[in-house]
Amino acid sequence: MGGWQIDLFLAAVMIGITNGAFIALIALGYTLVYGIIELINFAHGDLFMLGTFVCLSSLTLLGFGTEVGVIGTPWLALFLAMVAAMIFCGLLNVLAERIAYRPLRRAPRLAPLISAIGVSFIFVNIGLFWQGPTPRRFPDLLPQYDFVSQLLGLESLIRFTFKDLFVLSLAIPLMLGLAWVIRSTRMGKAMRAVAQDTEMSLQMGIDVDRVIAFTFLIGGVLAGAAALMYGLYNNNTSFTLGFTAGLKAFTAAVLGGIGNVTGAALGGFVLGLLSALTVTYFGGQWENVGVFSLLVIILVFKPTGLLGQQVGEKA
Amino acid sequence: MRRPTLGWWYTATGASRERRIIGTAVGIGLALLFPLINSALGLGWEAKAVPIALFIILALGLNVVVGFAGLLDLGYAAFFAIGAYTIAFLTSAQSPIPWVAEGNQVNFFIAMLISTAVAAVFGVLLGAPTLRLRGDYLAIVTLGFGEIVPLVIRNTPEVTRGTQGMNPIGLPQLPGVSFGADPIPWYYLIVAVLLLSVVMTSRLRTSRIGRAWAAMREDEVAAASMGINLVTTKLFAFSLGASLSGFAGSIWASYLQVIAPEQFDFSVSIFVLCMIILGGLGNIGGVIAGGLLLGGVDRILFEWVSGIIHGIGEAINNQDLQFMDVSRSRLLFFGVALVAMMILRPEGLFPSARVRAELHAGDESEGAVEQERAVVVDVER
Repeated sequence: MGGWQIDLFLAAVMIGITNGAFIALIALGYTLVYGIIELINFAHGDLFMLGTFVCLSSLTLLGFGTEVGVIGTPWLALFLAMVAAMIFCGLLNVLAERIAYRPLRRAPRLAPLISAIGVSFIFVNIGLFWQGPTPRRFPDLLPQYDFVSQLLGLESLIRFTFKDLFVLSLAIPLMLGLAWVIRSTRMGKAMRAVAQDTEMSLQMGIDVDRVIAFTFLIGGVLAGAAALMYGLYNNNTSFTLGFTAGLKAFTAAVLGGIGNVTGAALGGFVLGLLSALTVTYFGGQWENVGVFSLLVIILVFKPTGLLGQQVGEKA
Repeated sequence: MRRPTLGWWYTATGASRERRIIGTAVGIGLALLFPLINSALGLGWEAKAVPIALFIILALGLNVVVGFAGLLDLGYAAFFAIGAYTIAFLTSAQSPIPWVAEGNQVNFFIAMLISTAVAAVFGVLLGAPTLRLRGDYLAIVTLGFGEIVPLVIRNTPEVTRGTQGMNPIGLPQLPGVSFGADPIPWYYLIVAVLLLSVVMTSRLRTSRIGRAWAAMREDEVAAASMGINLVTTKLFAFSLGASLSGFAGSIWASYLQVIAPEQFDFSVSIFVLCMIILGGLGNIGGVIAGGLLLGGVDRILFEWVSGIIHGIGEAINNQDLQFMDVSRSRLLFFGVALVAMMILRPEGLFPSARVRAELHAGDESEGAVEQERAVVVDVER
């Protein structure tokens, strides 16, 4: 391995931050749902996977299924694909909640979790039928521009490309928007109330079913947005993507303190960094071992996560 | 006076007891006569019966953890893998242990016992730190463990030969019987182990520890205040479940003769979980029925339906139908089954009276509970 190279480390950090951005967006979907009904929404990662397929299909439909022959970046098509994925994932998540989780709200704790595993399997199989068993290439439509070498003229391993900028400049406003919704809107206030005490919220006249459905909607919308970023950044997708992506995001949510929105965002970035560093220093085949070990270690030793559950703040 | 305890039908009384005795006798009879029936009817299912019976052993083990003790374990395949790799290390010519690789293969049955013990030790190792966790967190930790084990096997090719897999693996040696390509001896070996597992788990269910599991599953705080040691009770459930899984893993490895990390992924854990949920958590007869049903669907029905569809495709000359593989929808099938069971019949198709009573508290007659409760008191005497 030689000496400790600072630019190798910083390159890994850069990759980690960008990856952390979409892990954080998926993690928010876990944490929102957990905060409100204490359900580990096992199907959330697979929802994200279906989101990447919606993006791929919409881009193909609009004539940008491959980057060959495309000049410049089709911003409108990307925007439409993202909106399609957001709507699709949001509504599908609401539908899953309505069919598979709502009837189980008073059932023993493990019943909704098992039901969520069932939904996850259904999603995976839909993905398999939709795009087939082999990984699919996602068109590379963003400009190939590296700010470090082309703007600053530095030769190093560190890259800060247009793709990184794209992901961060989409993900961060989405997270801030979510924070605003939870803090300042009527619905956000209702969400916080339901998270704190469902029975009491019901007595205060809050339509709990609607608030829960809205939470699933937001979680799905964020997963849909993350799906487009993932596709454009990594240029591939597969029906098996959801399981690992979901577990990574769940680990991030637990790392930050499940139920805690700020924690999920923080956890996403920390996990992105850790997994990029694992890949750089131990090799890609150890990445998931690292993630799963981290998950087990946090759950065993500090199940409240980094920030803990801030009652009243969680939503 | 102490009445002799006879087995899992003991908890029933009167007519239901008779039904259970008859059901058990018929079940054992059918299991033993299956190869004859199979060849008489020309079904050709003997190679399919071996994995189905083996997965029922797994289901019985998982039933101890999930059904009896109420600890949701989503990484059960990890212990299956540990059992399989332990026996491979002890009996394979490709073993990383030099002494074994030089030709000193351990006897199959001794290796099987060692695999069982190693899996049990891993059960304790995983169980000990995770016992404080709540149900859904425990589920995720076990899931993480279940993913780590095959990944580590894959990533350490110098020890486990990674994705190439290990082959061959020692065969059982019994006088007068040759274990090889013929599935019939394997079938009887597995059925013998299966019957042993049924006797063991059913006796445990009504034993002191079994009642402690039930109490703990229903209310941990109440159970602890009644003097049940939660740590040892949970650990025992975990390690017993793990040891059955390791036991099954060792036979499976020897039967297949080649093992690779892909055989032990998450879908195996979920498949076994589906069996016990479908059949009825906590009820041994139900678990066996669920295992037969799911195993039959997975290994026989899918193939049969595929055959019919291919036939139709050929008849009407439709390419899509000719090459359609129904087993590609197995995840969809399991998924729909899990969701539908949770919503419509969370106690499973063949539930135990106690679990049914728990899940339908208040909306069903209490007769079944009363009956079971009476017998539990009876056993205590």
